Amino acid sequence: MPEKIIQNFEVRYAEILDKEGRIDKALMPKISLSTIKKMYEAMILGRLFDARMFRLQRQGRLGTFAPSKGHEAIQVGAAFALKKEDWVVPYFREHVITHLRGVPIENILQYYAGDERGHSYKKGWNVLPVCIPVSTQLLHAVGLAWAFKKQRKKAVVLAFLGDGATSAGDFHEALNFSSVFNVPVVFICENNQYAISVPVQKQTASTTLSQKAIAYAIPSVKLDGNDLFAVYKEVKKAIEGARKGLGPSFLECFTYRLSDHTTSDDASKYRSKKEVTFWESRDPIIRVRTYLEHHKVWNKNKEGILYKACEKKIDTAVKKAEHVSPPNAEDIFKYTFKALTQELQEEMEDLKKNG
Amino acid sequence: MAKLTIIEAVNLALKQEMKKDKTVLVLGEDIGIDGGVFRATEGLLKKFGEERVIDTPLSESGIIGTSIGLALGGFKPVAEIQFDGFLYPALDQLISHAARFRTRSRGTLSCPLVVRAPYSGGIRALEHHSESMEALFRHIPGLKVVIPSTPYDTKGLLLSAIRDPDPVIFLEPKRIYRAIREDVPEKEYTLPLGKANIVHDGSDITVVSYGSSMHETKKAVAELASDFSIELLDLRTISPLDDETVVASVKKTGRCAIVHEGPRSCGVAAELISRINEKALLSLEAPIVRVTGFDTIMPLYKLEWNYLPTVERIKKGILQALSF
Repeated sequence: MPEKIIQNFEVRYAEILDKEGRIDKALMPKISLSTIKKMYEAMILGRLFDARMFRLQRQGRLGTFAPSKGHEAIQVGAAFALKKEDWVVPYFREHVITHLRGVPIENILQYYAGDERGHSYKKGWNVLPVCIPVSTQLLHAVGLAWAFKKQRKKAVVLAFLGDGATSAGDFHEALNFSSVFNVPVVFICENNQYAISVPVQKQTASTTLSQKAIAYAIPSVKLDGNDLFAVYKEVKKAIEGARKGLGPSFLECFTYRLSDHTTSDDASKYRSKKEVTFWESRDPIIRVRTYLEHHKVWNKNKEGILYKACEKKIDTAVKKAEHVSPPNAEDIFKYTFKALTQELQEEMEDLKKNG
Repeated sequence: MAKLTIIEAVNLALKQEMKKDKTVLVLGEDIGIDGGVFRATEGLLKKFGEERVIDTPLSESGIIGTSIGLALGGFKPVAEIQFDGFLYPALDQLISHAARFRTRSRGTLSCPLVVRAPYSGGIRALEHHSESMEALFRHIPGLKVVIPSTPYDTKGLLLSAIRDPDPVIFLEPKRIYRAIREDVPEKEYTLPLGKANIVHDGSDITVVSYGSSMHETKKAVAELASDFSIELLDLRTISPLDDETVVASVKKTGRCAIVHEGPRSCGVAAELISRINEKALLSLEAPIVRVTGFDTIMPLYKLEWNYLPTVERIKKGILQALSF
């Protein structure tokens, strides 16, 4: 009896906007120039906000955080593909999309200034708090999407992860659950090629991360994560599929972390200048700006006005964040359970008396 | 009134609460058509369908992690972990997330879920099937830990656990799943989490236990009952831990023995002794005695009763505290 091939698998690669700002017209999704301008503005705000956070951290006004520099096309493209009722489940590098969901910049600053009240999100922002243990958040995203499916809601959950997360157990458990129960979740893998210092080639022997989804019968694609249009198009397609009941999708957005892993890291220890310069020339922001300039809707003057407006917005947020009343020490106890238990009451009194 | 075992009381509580509250779901391994390996979910699939009685992939972190998402999304998942020793893959989800969402979000999010798991040894089982690691869970801020010892308590405590707004670990004493049969009312009733039960009054010594070990402890106490007046307490929950009831009792009796089968160091007895020392040291007439499992790996069944507190060992412990 001859052997035969019973399954074949392919990995699709998607790109639309090249680094010179030129597009493949046949692949270009429908987005108005005014929307592209808004997306560009969001990318700039994200970049400047991130840069400000970095400076604040260096001045001792913020704690450790993970910069998003270089990830703007992914987070802005994804944000613009969402509907209001959809949810975002971030890991810890998603302040750009978190803000675009409605979370004020001052909340994000407050959180990274060591104050949990920054995480006290309003109903309707539809984003979960930052999740630091790698890949664990993906199961929450799947559970949340599962809840929406059971409630016959049309909401979709966007779950973010990095390349390193694909090595962790919960990644595999989440992908497996998502397809077994066919839930409306879209996994957005921000493959920035490094998990702190470990390059993706040492993270996995697989040639792509997208192919890991194939094992779970999840449609997947690898795409240029520095290409705003490709991200928008693929996320939108995945979300629409999920909304129609087609279940999960996996998007590997190939990008580069233009900053350190966190403010405590020094990436120059493990990445060459040449490599960073190469990727700086492929900055997701530059190519959108070039595209807009080609279409005569953007110029230096507008760029100057935008930068000023963004900095002003950030100034206001910094002021707000730095002028909140200090947190109450009782808060340490108050949110452990819905109601304070007798034993916590006693510990709280101990702190009050002797603290 | 029906006379039920502990496992039947679990089943009844689940059935009643699922009927009453449409947001309650049960999920886990083999809990559907098989009704769970101990049959706790027997008949639920037929009654409530696959949407609410869910056989999951074999994936403990997946079960608890998605339960967290379901809870955030408005459901009340009651997850079954098949055996105590299989809880560990889900520990990260419990410690890092289930227990923390309320704190992390300053009260804007919460995880009202229940994790049911059989615990304790003495059933001649394989390795990893006889663990009593309840103190591990007690050490996690943000989790409640409930351990019933009777069919009546099981129903009342499980209903409270499901209705609780925070995550609850519900450890079921598998050694006595079917050892006791007692009246369990059909009607709804709940027992408060964080309140110990005074099984019976006494004046010579306070004996404290919970869960599986209550069974042997009751026997030991009964055998000593003709010579001593023993106050027997069942903690029912170890988080919150009701030291108020224990301390009040010790103040009255002046002596105390604490029994559990989990490892001795940093166990529930150790914590209780600390609290008694803090609150009732001057009432003590003797050092408090611990009768516990050891700081060893739970042995396979040829030696398991050398590890577990036996009636004999408990009696000796009580007498030691009495004779000081």
